[in-house]
Amino acid sequence: MLVEHAGGEVKKVSLELLTAARVLGEPAAVVLGAPGVAAPLKDKLAEYGATTVYVGESDDVDGYVAAPKAEVLAALVGGVAPAAVLVAATAESREVAARVAVRTGSGLVTDAVGLAADGTATQNVFGGATVVRSRVTRGIPVIALRPNSVDATPSPVAAEERVVDVSISDAARGAKIVERVAEQKSSRPELTEASVVVSGGRGLGGGENFAVVERLADTLGAAVGASRAATDAGWYPHTSQVGQTGVTVSPQLYIAVGISGAIQHRAGMQTSKTIVAINKDPEAPIFEIADFGVVGDLFTVVPQLTEELARRKG
Amino acid sequence: MNIVVLVKQVPDTWAERKLSDSDKTLDRESVDAVINELDEYAVEEGLRLKEAHGGEVTVLTMGPARAAETIRKALSMGADKAIHVTDDALHGSDAIQTATALAKALGTVEWDLVIAGSESTDARMSVLPALLSELLGVPQLSRARRVTVEGSTVRIERQTDAGYDVVEGSVPAVLSVVEKINEPRYPSFKGIMQAKSKPVTTLSAADLGLTDVGLGSAYTRVEEFTQRPPREAGQVVKDEGDGGVKIAEYLASNKLV
Ligand SMILES: Cc1cc2nc3c(=O)[nH]c(=O)nc-3n(C[C@H](O)[C@H](O)[C@H](O)COP(=O)(O)OP(=O)(O)OC[C@H]3O[C@@H](n4cnc5c(N)ncnc54)[C@H](O)[C@@H]3O)c2cc1C
Ligand SMILES: Nc1ncnc2c1ncn2[C@@H]1O[C@H](COP(=O)(O)O)[C@@H](O)[C@H]1O
Repeated sequence: MLVEHAGGEVKKVSLELLTAARVLGEPAAVVLGAPGVAAPLKDKLAEYGATTVYVGESDDVDGYVAAPKAEVLAALVGGVAPAAVLVAATAESREVAARVAVRTGSGLVTDAVGLAADGTATQNVFGGATVVRSRVTRGIPVIALRPNSVDATPSPVAAEERVVDVSISDAARGAKIVERVAEQKSSRPELTEASVVVSGGRGLGGGENFAVVERLADTLGAAVGASRAATDAGWYPHTSQVGQTGVTVSPQLYIAVGISGAIQHRAGMQTSKTIVAINKDPEAPIFEIADFGVVGDLFTVVPQLTEELARRKG
Repeated sequence: MNIVVLVKQVPDTWAERKLSDSDKTLDRESVDAVINELDEYAVEEGLRLKEAHGGEVTVLTMGPARAAETIRKALSMGADKAIHVTDDALHGSDAIQTATALAKALGTVEWDLVIAGSESTDARMSVLPALLSELLGVPQLSRARRVTVEGSTVRIERQTDAGYDVVEGSVPAVLSVVEKINEPRYPSFKGIMQAKSKPVTTLSAADLGLTDVGLGSAYTRVEEFTQRPPREAGQVVKDEGDGGVKIAEYLASNKLV
């Protein structure tokens, strides 16, 4: 499995991947990145069952879009012939997976939410309306697993470290990353990984009013999301956009504040376990998929909810 | 700059989409079909680049006969010509087979840039641009929210989870776009009339020398599927001054807080 990491830490989804991989056999973790990235990650990976940690460190691996990682991973896969290759279903890793599948002549399954011992993967398609069990029939199954679909559980082992060859071809240097721009850093959980997400939409009426959403989010330990109307208006960073062209989230609890529930928004949140909506329009389509909805003014309902939750916490 | 734009016909997202009982593939017959929304943005970007740098815009799609409607839509927006890969034998192709067929079809035209949407609303795999880039051995400039072309260099702002990366590559290349990139134009009446006489080349699997095609030799297989009852509307209450408290009670009784 390919490890997702940032700022010297293993992302939660990678621990979920290790947990899922254990039904298939002994997981090996692959860490790719700039020199020095692997060292702080190893203990955590071993704690979740990685018997081997393959380390591929170089500036090139990180300096171009998808292709170098795919090349290194495909070469490794060719050498060790694993039962499956697992990656997180994030924007870049699914691209890496696609390229690995081509290189190894293998089938590709994206957005899996579960893995069975027989190598089949479960997917929710058409916005969760249909549950599919798929099997890769050619090559080594390459599977991209959605964040938040498996509960990560520890299973400590002693991990053996192996260095992998990171020499890459010129062809893999086609799309050079000349600059990385981070648009927002927050102390809140990451959107795709959070178990509670509170999202705000056009109903907030302005960027400054997102404070209403943030206060509720902080009371719940939640991540903050936004509809496209809100990100387009510049009220909230576009990296927070939930939906078809933003991120797909699948938390335990999703609270939609002043969001109408357009189909493109639903595409990114309707597999959430529980959906709560606050909207002043009783006809808003979000109510069609909400488990609990309140028709009312968000500026009175949300602060009251925040206060009540704080009171209950004591 | 010669551009090929990849467009896909998809079931309307508001329609009920299902897999067919007989062969577990997407039932494309029984629903309204539309152009994949993001592909309109791809067409628009192709047209803008043509307007700025000259050249021709070719539309390429793989799909059943009725996907001709989607081709017509792209032509009426202003694309010059089209290629329609269509063959009953291709039915049930998975992502890798589709990419392989499209890569072959791209071999029949001169192009500098291939532009795709970043995701189709039915498959939602977001892998086709990466697959094509790998198969063609050209740079992958995917998830672009901004594109500039200078000579043979294409520079994009690639949307990432943290913000964006500035990425550079030279043509020939595969580009994919997110919806922030532009506002697609509506076809004009003139455009709609002209589309009717624009050339559309139809290619079969045999024309492309494809042998390993269709459901029978796919890399993945759907073993089984179950239909979940649609998500039902739960309880909706009107705020009577205690809406916030009601939500807190709901969350508490469902052990969500
Ligand atoms: C190609 C494409 C891709 C797209 N991708 C995405 C995507 O990824 N994510 C996404 O979200 N959208 C996406 N969209 C846009 C989508 O179609 C909608 O336009 C958008 O989701 C609407 O955002 P909204 O619900 O915040 O705004 P609106 O639809 O305007 O809804 C605002 C809601 O707030 C309610 N409201 C107003 N004031 C109050 C108040 N005081 N108290 C309570 N309620 C109030 C209103 O009743 C209304 O229902 C996409 C569109 C296209 C064409
Ligand atoms: N059958 C097809 N014919 C032409 N283009 C396609 C086809 N399938 C996917 N694409 C293109 O690939 C993009 C991403 O699709 P996907 O990887 O399926 O999410 C789409 O936006 C289209 O531009």
